[in-house]
Amino acid sequence: MLFKIFAVLTVAGAVAAMSFRNLVHAVLALIVSFAGLAAVYLLLGAQFIGLAQILVYVGAVAILIVFAILLTRDSGITSQSTTSSSWRGSIVVVLGVFGVLAWSVGHSAVYQQATSLPQGTSMQEIGNVLMQRFALPLEVIGVLLTVALIGAVTIAIYEKKETR
Amino acid sequence: MTWIVRNLWLIPTLPALAAGLGSVAKQRNRRLAASLAIGSMGLSLLLSLGAFAHVLSLKGNGETAREVVNFPWLQYGGEWVKLGWMLDPLTALMLVMVCFVGLLIFIYSTGYMSHDENFTRFFCFLSLFAGAMLGVVIANSLLLLFMCWELVGLTSYLLIGFWYEKPAAAAAAKKAFLTTRIGDLAFLLGMVWLYSQSGTLLFYDHGAGCIENAALAHLVAQATGIGLAASTGIALLIFAGAVGKSGQVPLHVWLPDAMEGPTPVSALIHAATMVAAGVFLVARVYPLMSVGAGVGPMSSTTALQVVTWVGAVTAVFAALIAVAQDDIKRILAYSTISQLGYMMIGLGVGGVAVGMFHLITHAFFKALLFLGAGSVIHGCHEEQDIRRMGGLKRFMPITFATYAVGMLALCGFPLFFSGFWSKDAILDAAQAWSVSRVPFYLGCVGALLTAFYMTRQVYYVFFGESRLRIHHEHQASPHESPVVMTMPLSVLAVFAVLLGIIGTPAWPWFSSFLNGETATLDAGRFFESGILRVMLISSVIVFTGLGMGWWFYGRRPIVSATAPDELERLQPHIFRVLRNKFYVDEFYKATFIRFTIWLSRVSDWFDRWIWNGAVWSVSHVVLGLSWVARAADIYVVNPGFDRGCESVEAGGKLFSRLQDGRAQDYLRYVGLAFAGLVVLLIWSGVR
Amino acid sequence: MTPLANCLLLSALLFSIGLAGALMRRNAILVLIGIELMLNAANLNFIAFWRYGPNPEALTGLMFVIFSIGVAAAEAAVGLALIIAIYRHTKTTNIDQVNSMRG
Repeated sequence: MLFKIFAVLTVAGAVAAMSFRNLVHAVLALIVSFAGLAAVYLLLGAQFIGLAQILVYVGAVAILIVFAILLTRDSGITSQSTTSSSWRGSIVVVLGVFGVLAWSVGHSAVYQQATSLPQGTSMQEIGNVLMQRFALPLEVIGVLLTVALIGAVTIAIYEKKETR
Repeated sequence: MTWIVRNLWLIPTLPALAAGLGSVAKQRNRRLAASLAIGSMGLSLLLSLGAFAHVLSLKGNGETAREVVNFPWLQYGGEWVKLGWMLDPLTALMLVMVCFVGLLIFIYSTGYMSHDENFTRFFCFLSLFAGAMLGVVIANSLLLLFMCWELVGLTSYLLIGFWYEKPAAAAAAKKAFLTTRIGDLAFLLGMVWLYSQSGTLLFYDHGAGCIENAALAHLVAQATGIGLAASTGIALLIFAGAVGKSGQVPLHVWLPDAMEGPTPVSALIHAATMVAAGVFLVARVYPLMSVGAGVGPMSSTTALQVVTWVGAVTAVFAALIAVAQDDIKRILAYSTISQLGYMMIGLGVGGVAVGMFHLITHAFFKALLFLGAGSVIHGCHEEQDIRRMGGLKRFMPITFATYAVGMLALCGFPLFFSGFWSKDAILDAAQAWSVSRVPFYLGCVGALLTAFYMTRQVYYVFFGESRLRIHHEHQASPHESPVVMTMPLSVLAVFAVLLGIIGTPAWPWFSSFLNGETATLDAGRFFESGILRVMLISSVIVFTGLGMGWWFYGRRPIVSATAPDELERLQPHIFRVLRNKFYVDEFYKATFIRFTIWLSRVSDWFDRWIWNGAVWSVSHVVLGLSWVARAADIYVVNPGFDRGCESVEAGGKLFSRLQDGRAQDYLRYVGLAFAGLVVLLIWSGVR
Repeated sequence: MTPLANCLLLSALLFSIGLAGALMRRNAILVLIGIELMLNAANLNFIAFWRYGPNPEALTGLMFVIFSIGVAAAEAAVGLALIIAIYRHTKTTNIDQVNSMRG
């Protein structure tokens, strides 16, 4: 029951995010969607992920998007349409993709059992796994984040002295 | 194997080398060319004398002493063709004769050709001829003999046509070559047949040679389809080669025309050596010719009978023609033909010794006569018509004396001259021939005619007043030739007399040398079965001929050059036939030559229209095909290719429209592809 | 429907909505938002399979999602930096007009 509520919330937020004309409203709707998803994660027992979702997505990504909106604001009201010129083909494609996914979900042998969680996924366990089995991916993602940071700064830096 | 036999090959090689060196010498190096030729000939003479001495030292016991050196030459498949040289009495005799006479003629030529600008070339050819002739003599293989035979024919052609700017000389050279070629063709056929039957072309190979007993027995037994034994057929074919080379009837027509060449050439080649090669060939393959002859009345083989008859006919035929000729050299040429006929008679009725003896003596006195004629021509400033000569006896005494010796030897003047003994041997054997007496009678007639025409010639040339034409003032009267020309004449004259000694019945050294026996001096042999009778008959014939010659030409001196001949006055028609050589040349021209010309025209037509047409049509077919291919290329392949390229280009243009630079479109395609992929996977059964 | 199926359907729906937005909106930032949504849908998929899958003790799904969130964050940063750079260059965020790479 709870799941359904949060699901609806998430979907509504997603739809809203995709349809609002105003960019900031769209971001806010996105935040709602993210929050709903975090709640679903908590329901599913992935507490760490849910909280990480809030922290990273809502706290960092969404805010980053807001900053980007601020930096790329058009001078004047956008009077053009919001959708791109070839939206009909896009609808078709989207419907096709959803249809395929849904059909495959429905027709596959999906597991019936609702297993109960083992002794809980504590932080200790996550930490253990991170340090032992997933040590390399951890390091790699550290490098990745560093690279992304440097790259993003390099791309977006404002060159004060633009003579040519 | 003594040194001389092992190195016998040097004898022909030295003159050939001299020819090779002479061919690259400059025209002005006359001394060099002459000394090369004479030097090499001298060395060959020394070697030949050495070989002769060696053979003399081998005392045979009835078997002819024979040493051979054979070597393999050419391999094909598993068979070897072998060549080789040999040394036996026949070879030794011929070697000495050829080298000696050749050397004398070489020396003579340095004087005779001194005014000619092609001196060097002359000696080069002469040396080449000498080398080839010596090769014919020492060859132990019929193939090697044939090769040298052809080389001799080639040098004969080169030397007859030496003054090639003269059309008559060029035509004579060609005629000589072609006529002897006909004989050579038969020779080649005989050689091939012999090889196929006996498997070897070596004459003597320690029992395995083609004219040794084993092969001969096989050949006699083989019968051909026309009733001849194989040995007879082969012998006749080989004899045909001799007919061509030795100028027997019917292939005699080239010899008189060959007198276009310089006189030393006529002396060496067409009197002493090359024409003797045919006789030598018959002597060489005599075992083949005589195999199958038993002992008894009709005891000659078919081949030998043919040889005898051909020789007999030739002897008389040529002597008749010689009676009516006016060119000094032509008389001698016909005389040569006639004497060669005698040699053939000798071989046919009496065997190798009889024929070869006449060959040797003839070589000396005929060379003497020719060289004397050359001296006469030289002294008369190149005049050759005997009607325009005369009275040379007092201008050229040495020439006259030596010429007279030669003439008497040729006629067969009794006892003192070698010609008497050699011709007598022939007549003696002919008289005793078991098959028929006719050759003997023909021989007698020929002897009569010989004496007659030689007397006629001598009277015309040497006696009476000089009938020389005066071409210009201050023209010198005929003069004697220089010593370098008269010395050989004298030497030859001496031998013309002395050679008779080795062949008399009292001391038959010659025939016993050839047969490997020892000869004993026995004057009693003169009185054996009819020898004296034959000697008497031939003496009577000679005197009769000389007397007739004197009667017609010697009684009254010949005064005018244009007056008709005595005989011509008496019998103009017969004389005209004789002078025109029995119209043989005209006959050949009307038949064989015309046929050949017609055949050549037909062949030309064939070549032009049919073979050429075939080639032309093939080439045009190919051209047509290539044109079609080109058209296909231009009109089919190219446009096809162009259309293909255009469609690829259009396709490319079409696909490039998908790349519009908008990322959303790309994403759409990704989504579409994803959906399609999943559908595909589900459809193909992946769960 | 099983809980797993529910989660999966939700994920599919979110994914489609995100795809729709990414395909249909003109503004570059909204395209990026759509992409974020798609990533989240994938994360949900992973968590659902972790929870209802055969081996939850291995924490594989959980780990994957952790890394996925990290990557998504990095990607969002870089993408937004790119959008800012393009905006500075072309003075517009309308991706229809950024088509100079057309073929």
